[in-house]
Amino acid sequence: MNFDDTPQEAEFRATARAWISANAPKKYEEELRKSSLGRTALKNADILKVAKAWQKKKADAGWACLHWPREYGGRGSSPIERVIWSQEEGPFGQLSRMFIIGHGMCGPTMMAFAREEHKRSYLPPLASGEKVWCQLFSEPAGGSDVAGLRTRAEKEGDDWVINGQKIWTSGAHYSDYGILLTRTDPTVPKHKGLTMFFLDMKSSGVEVRPIKQASGASDFNEVYFTNVRIPDHQRLGEVGDGWNVSLTTLMNERSAIGAAVSTGFPELFEYCSSLMLDDGPAIEDRAVRSKLANWAVKASGLKYTSMRAISALSKGERPGPENSIGKLVAGSMIQDVATYALDLQSASGVISGEDAELAGRFQAMLLRAPGTRVEGGTDEIMRNIIAERVLGLPGDIRVDKDVPFNKIPTKGRG
Amino acid sequence: MNFDFSDDQKQLRDQARKFLAEKCSPKAVRVVLDGKAPYDKELWKGLAGMGFLGVAIPEEFGGAGAGHLELCVIAEEMGRANAPVPFSSTVYLAAEALLIAGSDAQKKKWLPAIASGEAIGTLALFEGKGNPSPKTIKLTATNGVLNGVKKPVADGAIADFAVVAARTGSSGRESDVSLFLVDLKAGGVEVKSLTNLDPTRGQAEITFKDCKAEPLGAAGEGWSILTQVLDRAAVLCAFEQVGGSDRALEMGRDYALDRIAFGRQIGSFQAVKHMLADMYVSATLARSNSYYGAWALSTNAAELPEAAAAARISATQAFQHCAKNNIQVHGGMGFTWEFDCHMYYRRANAMALGLGSLSYWEDRLIDRMRKKNAA
Repeated sequence: MNFDDTPQEAEFRATARAWISANAPKKYEEELRKSSLGRTALKNADILKVAKAWQKKKADAGWACLHWPREYGGRGSSPIERVIWSQEEGPFGQLSRMFIIGHGMCGPTMMAFAREEHKRSYLPPLASGEKVWCQLFSEPAGGSDVAGLRTRAEKEGDDWVINGQKIWTSGAHYSDYGILLTRTDPTVPKHKGLTMFFLDMKSSGVEVRPIKQASGASDFNEVYFTNVRIPDHQRLGEVGDGWNVSLTTLMNERSAIGAAVSTGFPELFEYCSSLMLDDGPAIEDRAVRSKLANWAVKASGLKYTSMRAISALSKGERPGPENSIGKLVAGSMIQDVATYALDLQSASGVISGEDAELAGRFQAMLLRAPGTRVEGGTDEIMRNIIAERVLGLPGDIRVDKDVPFNKIPTKGRG
Repeated sequence: MNFDFSDDQKQLRDQARKFLAEKCSPKAVRVVLDGKAPYDKELWKGLAGMGFLGVAIPEEFGGAGAGHLELCVIAEEMGRANAPVPFSSTVYLAAEALLIAGSDAQKKKWLPAIASGEAIGTLALFEGKGNPSPKTIKLTATNGVLNGVKKPVADGAIADFAVVAARTGSSGRESDVSLFLVDLKAGGVEVKSLTNLDPTRGQAEITFKDCKAEPLGAAGEGWSILTQVLDRAAVLCAFEQVGGSDRALEMGRDYALDRIAFGRQIGSFQAVKHMLADMYVSATLARSNSYYGAWALSTNAAELPEAAAAARISATQAFQHCAKNNIQVHGGMGFTWEFDCHMYYRRANAMALGLGSLSYWEDRLIDRMRKKNAA
């Protein structure tokens, strides 16, 4: 057992570190380091512009989308090199958040299913951040049950005509393109009548409306489609095979988001280390210590679980199923951590924003936290995945599996 | 990096699993559970024959001279099999104390006997309630003569020798504590077996009456040595707990697949699936924390106290969680003596206490993290 790089890994790390040190936007480093869930904006700059500039700089020097092939704008790196890069990029990696969906989900789906000429023209500007992509799957009637979606695509000549509504689309308001899952045949069971496309978000008939979240912020959107025309050559996969295509996307979503999610523990430990309670430092209080210790071992457990996966990558093996626990553990943990940080503030914990303790860091975390337990697979879906794919337990009994989609009930009561 | 066991170590784990599957079936465990034997002597001899008892003991002292990583993989299998032998007290506590603080003569006398299965050792630390602390040590040592009572002492009724923590000063500091080595067969002790949560591993009360003892390590160094022993034992016990967690999870999973109720496999109900998924989560966190502990132990890293505490807390929680919910998945049958679920429940809860309660380890973890942050 050791944590040492192989000679090749060490060489790669040194090269990456030198380039980052010479090129990263250092003036934002401290602010990015202090960003946490629910609070990633920059005070005196537009984070989108800073992020795009950093991504372009990386792409020009061959450091964007490391694991993608070179002809599509990547570096052709091994999985372990990608991990080393992100370790070295550190807080500047926060700037990649707006590209996560595009790089983590849309890109791999395009790579697997788009025509070669589309891959060559669309993927490099996606890698460089010049074009931003979003993913249009979830609908008001289909979140966890994605295959229950109702947005229609109907063939007219060489085009498909789209009508319907999507929801929870991250970054649709600044996206240039999107991948879109539609229903092309409502007369067959739900998984069999779906088809995937990609489209220009500036197409006529696309309307993006921001959702005001429970946290008050707007990271997501509703997207409405009214007679939007998509040429057939922008179809991804066969007609009726959209479910299989979407599995490629969703598998990437779970690994991408799982890797990025934080626990809130380092922030809480730092806070408790300096906080004074009525009868002394918080860190010397028995109850506080017990809480901290319990979260500490979850945080370290996740850290070393991911080290085990990285270790497998380093040896050229596929990581085991352990990594599937990351999002499930971190999602509810950050919510509990934020709740406790406010409890330590007592009545003054209700104050949020700039007037609050640490400028409202934990208040923002608390209000954003419910979303982490839902987005990218709810806690319940994650438990199902672990139970079924890791432990080999039976799948849920699905009463709508063999029913034509248009015969499935749409209302729970009357 | 290679944050995993080597192929040789994995092979050793497979070998240990195979050996224990054969020699330590639940039926064999039940002989001890039902009080028909104090421990499984045949198994103990077999473990010695396989070289498992002395795997981390240097060759010059009769061991295999492998290392702590090898001991970790064997510990995991001992936990998985719920082995009814004094492995943890002899190998993690007594042998480690000798390795850390023993004189050459002491090592020569006891370590080869441990490796060959001839000597069972233990650590006599606790004196009734309370977490490990110099304050709780009341047993006195005057001119190498011990007087006082230790309880509970793991495997105390079958042990041949004990490492005993004794008070040798009254300054109120850690340096009041010194360690002694006592041949329990040489007189001066009264040993009484105590009933306990886990009958597959005995507990005893040992009364020392003008008992002659030889010092282990320098006078006044006792607490510092003990702390190191407990850290090492915490990592090794964590691997037993990880093995136990995995087995309890497997038992629950298998039962959920086999048992039909309401016309379907009970493992198809989300309430059951999600319970098992949460058990998997605990067991995985514990395994990963334990791997870090193994790394720190095997490299004698400065991070060992923090890593050991994290492994201890995480593995204790996981084993308790998996063992209790394994019974829940089994329903009424899980609450019968006949089913094996309660053996793991007993072991999990006994192990949770053996090296001091969670609050002790929580304190240690936070202390170490603070020191690291301050540095």
